[in-house]
Amino acid sequence: MRKLKAARKNWELYLLLILPVAYFIIFRYVPMYGVQIAFKDFTPRAGIWGSPWVGFQYFREFFESYNFWTIIKNTVLLSLLNLLISFPIPVIIAILLNQLAREKLKKFVQTVIYAPYFISTVVLAGMIIVFLSPNSGLINHLIGAFGGEPVLFMSEAGWFRPIYILSTVWQETGFATIIYLAALAGIDPHLHEAAVVDGANKWQRIRHIDLTGILPTITVLFILAVGNLMNVGFEKAFLLQTDLNIDASEIISTYVYKIGIQRAQYSFSAAIGLFNAAINLVLLLIVNRTAKKISGNGLF
Amino acid sequence: MFQMKRKLKSDIAFDVANFIVLGGFTLMILYPLYFIVIASISDPNQIYAGNVWLWPKSITFDGYRRIFSDNTIWIGYRNSLFYAALAAVISSVLTVMAAYPLSRKDLYGRNAFMMIFVVTLFFNGGIIPTYLLVKNLHMINTIWAVVLPGAVDAFAIIIARTFFQSLPDELREAAAIDGCTNLRYIWSIVVPLSKPIIAVLVLLAVVRQWNGFFDALIYVNDSSLYPLQLILRNILIQNQPSGDMLTDITTLVAQQKVTELIKFGVIIVAALPLLTLYPLLQRYFVKGVMIGSVKG
Repeated sequence: MRKLKAARKNWELYLLLILPVAYFIIFRYVPMYGVQIAFKDFTPRAGIWGSPWVGFQYFREFFESYNFWTIIKNTVLLSLLNLLISFPIPVIIAILLNQLAREKLKKFVQTVIYAPYFISTVVLAGMIIVFLSPNSGLINHLIGAFGGEPVLFMSEAGWFRPIYILSTVWQETGFATIIYLAALAGIDPHLHEAAVVDGANKWQRIRHIDLTGILPTITVLFILAVGNLMNVGFEKAFLLQTDLNIDASEIISTYVYKIGIQRAQYSFSAAIGLFNAAINLVLLLIVNRTAKKISGNGLF
Repeated sequence: MFQMKRKLKSDIAFDVANFIVLGGFTLMILYPLYFIVIASISDPNQIYAGNVWLWPKSITFDGYRRIFSDNTIWIGYRNSLFYAALAAVISSVLTVMAAYPLSRKDLYGRNAFMMIFVVTLFFNGGIIPTYLLVKNLHMINTIWAVVLPGAVDAFAIIIARTFFQSLPDELREAAAIDGCTNLRYIWSIVVPLSKPIIAVLVLLAVVRQWNGFFDALIYVNDSSLYPLQLILRNILIQNQPSGDMLTDITTLVAQQKVTELIKFGVIIVAALPLLTLYPLLQRYFVKGVMIGSVKG
């Protein structure tokens, strides 16, 4: 009764919540409900509800399709390499930045390295293409200046992953340092002072004070990154994809787009998307559990 | 002085190494941006010959002239500005409407409501079911398809809620004693006090909308509704400057060279608004990321 009274007193708050909740139900929960078309033979005429169930038929079709292993391999390799290379770099840069004594220099470096975050993926892909162009590109001019032959970066499958990962490092490192810098700022300066008195050098202080201090932050961000492992960005892969590098650049998300949106095979591509999401969820749970066991902190 | 005496040899080595690594990294970020600028005002023949490294060569503004005399770029700019403004309003209003009630400890059912939002951070329907929803709502080829599906997310709600929780309870109690209703309190006290967080929400929405192209790619095929990013994609990725840009050039080789020049210019034109604004807005962004990282 008392709770009901309290709720009535705050009726205005519930009024405010109606619109956002409605938005989330329509734009987030209705698509979740729609996921069932992965198990149905969906036709727009019959609708989600009216289409007949087919069980795991579309999953089986995907597992048996001739390019299944290529797509899985590409997705896993690209995301794994991306994680291994672009995850630790912001930690290192943040620690180095934190050691810069001159405040002005630090501010300048920060301002510069945040900048690429504000560049759109389309512009980034465009920059990559002009820089790597075989006859006018900067990189090939440089190779030429050292007497090398021009490299056809965009049309060789072997170059796709390095390009993808390096450009991620270029674009996202700076912004990713913000959280680590905040965590480093939270470390008690007395620890450093005490260590200096004990004769510790900078390297030792970084290892034993800074790194230990931000370990919880690193763990949480790492879990989140692993939980998103299979979600390597659609946009950049799609924009950098050419007919000639498709052997390395076709990943689950680009494949879902092609099958689903371009060829309108809704059920088949929804099944692929769901398969991807399921792997993500399993990864997230495994890593969260492991992290909790090892370091005592996890996401949930 | 104390510091100087204490400086270890290994620390000096560290500082030097640090300087080199950070300097190298900063240069690696800065040079490509700088190169685009000088390339966009250099003669394309000089770029082809590999003569442009540190300074523009044979300065020409031909690229910009062609870009600005073309309609499609302007249409894209106008559309993107409009979408960004609309998304900012929808996003910040809905986010505040969700976040404020959730910040109130006396809201009955608070955790249940919170769950409704947070679940969407971990689960989503995926591309195809979302596409079908937008299609069923008859939003294909309308501005709503570009603006609405991504307008509000749970992450922004958590950020805003964390901020609202930091407002002192006494303020509301005092207002309540004076007979202030909840809505009145939000409008005349909470909103004015929340300018920093509202700025963060607006910025997040504007950057996302200005830079995004996926929604427009799948939901819009009417070129008069194209946002800037989709038009850029045609020029930059698909190598198709729109008709007016190349009409007066006859040979294929010259066309190709001018296309390259146009690409450099277009990159500047597209990236400039946010790149010039962000140093001013940086602190809001940093604040946003940091409030968001506090456990909600």
